[in-house]
Amino acid sequence: MFKTHYRLERHSIGFALAIIAVASIGGLVEIAPLFTIDETVEAAPDMRVYTPLELAGRNIYIREGCYACHSQMIRTLQDEVDRYGPYSLAAESQYDHPMLWGSKRTGPDLARIGGKYSDQWHVAHLDDPRAVVPESVMPAYTWLLDTELRTDDLGDQLRALRRVGVPYTDAMIDNAAADALNQADPDGAGAAAVGERYGEATTIRAFDGDRGRLTEMDALVAYLQILGRLTDAATTQSSATETKP
Amino acid sequence: MAVEERDAHTGYLTTGHEWNGITELNRPVPKIIWLFLLSTFLFALVWWVLMPAWPLGATYTRGLLGVDQRARLADDMASAAAARADWMAEIESKPVEAIRADPDLMRLARESGRTLFADNCGVCHGVTGAGGPGYPSLVDTAWLWGGDAQSVAETIRVGINTGHPESRLSQMLAFGRDGILERQALSDVVSYVRSLSNAPLAPAEQAGVAAGATIFADNCTACHGEDGRGSQDVGAPDLTDGFWIYGGDRRSILASVDRGRQGEMPSWETRLSPVQRKLLTLYVLDLGAPQ
Repeated sequence: MFKTHYRLERHSIGFALAIIAVASIGGLVEIAPLFTIDETVEAAPDMRVYTPLELAGRNIYIREGCYACHSQMIRTLQDEVDRYGPYSLAAESQYDHPMLWGSKRTGPDLARIGGKYSDQWHVAHLDDPRAVVPESVMPAYTWLLDTELRTDDLGDQLRALRRVGVPYTDAMIDNAAADALNQADPDGAGAAAVGERYGEATTIRAFDGDRGRLTEMDALVAYLQILGRLTDAATTQSSATETKP
Repeated sequence: MAVEERDAHTGYLTTGHEWNGITELNRPVPKIIWLFLLSTFLFALVWWVLMPAWPLGATYTRGLLGVDQRARLADDMASAAAARADWMAEIESKPVEAIRADPDLMRLARESGRTLFADNCGVCHGVTGAGGPGYPSLVDTAWLWGGDAQSVAETIRVGINTGHPESRLSQMLAFGRDGILERQALSDVVSYVRSLSNAPLAPAEQAGVAAGATIFADNCTACHGEDGRGSQDVGAPDLTDGFWIYGGDRRSILASVDRGRQGEMPSWETRLSPVQRKLLTLYVLDLGAPQ
């Protein structure tokens, strides 16, 4: 052993290769098999994709650094399931590129925030958190209500996601910008087409309370309201194994 | 770098490196370190057998202990449910009034209810239940949809203005924005509404009260009632009791009449279990004074 090490130390290329070999063991054993093991990503046949508006909201969520204080990952621990609902499944973030599981909770976990509170509350809370939750330490995102949402690049974003495996259709990509506009205009002529393309369960509402304008608030609230609701897999899976209190 | 350089004092080989005249002996790793390393290898061998370990293509070795995080969670949930099973069963089966009359059971209900309320209701209604602008107080005596146990439980179950098929529905029209009332009429009806709760009126407001009463009778009584006392059947608030959801000053009332209101309370039927909702009902009833 002593002699081998002595020899290795005197051959820099051999030594570098040995370091690479040893350092990759962890990844090869712990990461690589997840791509081949069947049960890594659970079956979620009812899984739907993010609409362009929700995707734009996701991008704002990333831009504003929400993930730095909010996780989107309910772990398999009793207190988390009691508080937040069924634990997160890998299938639920299979269309997230990148995933936003996070590891720090200054604020609560958001994996199942969708539908928990009203749109009005989200708007009031994002605009001025302390107006509704006096003890909150969250920053105010006052510009979201005033900033018009950029939609011209949404088609390209859908196309990029399709390249990494999100099943967007050509029609979805071609109509991305219009669909974003129409999802926030429930009385508009295009609202029905959004529901047709993205499924019955798509929420079509004036998320920021103003039908006339498509703002970044519309997008972010649309995204928050869909969190945990892209598939029912988590509820069906856990109700089979758990008893609610 | 000189190879095979020996330390004159100990006679051992040095590494050949020198730092300001200090050299390092080239000695084997101490035995105790080898021993620890070896024991971790042995531990790993045992662990591979006991725990899920080796990938086998589409599956993996499960390990003899059969450890699974999800199964363990299910056990934890079951034992937690078992620990509170006796009093939870009582909460589930007894009528609300009987539970409220039982101080021991109420103490338990209040404890669980407080946590449930803070997690789910507190962000809108406030952790104390005192409400805030746009979100009704649950500690006063005013109720939009009724303050008896059955009404409160139903409101929690279906919500208000939600997508739930049985949702409670209520909408205050935008009388100003949608052009139903003229500017002067809006102003007069606000004066009249303020007079209903005996708010101190400025002389200018006083002048509009009489005209406002006629406008109120023509436009508002269908929901708020002829006397302005509201109706819990349609979720129309009582305008005479001095409690306000959106504020009772002239400006706030004018905003409500001008642009309308359609508050939303989420439905909790899918998110919370029936017994959790019953605990919340008990907690909310406990918060407020009796009707």
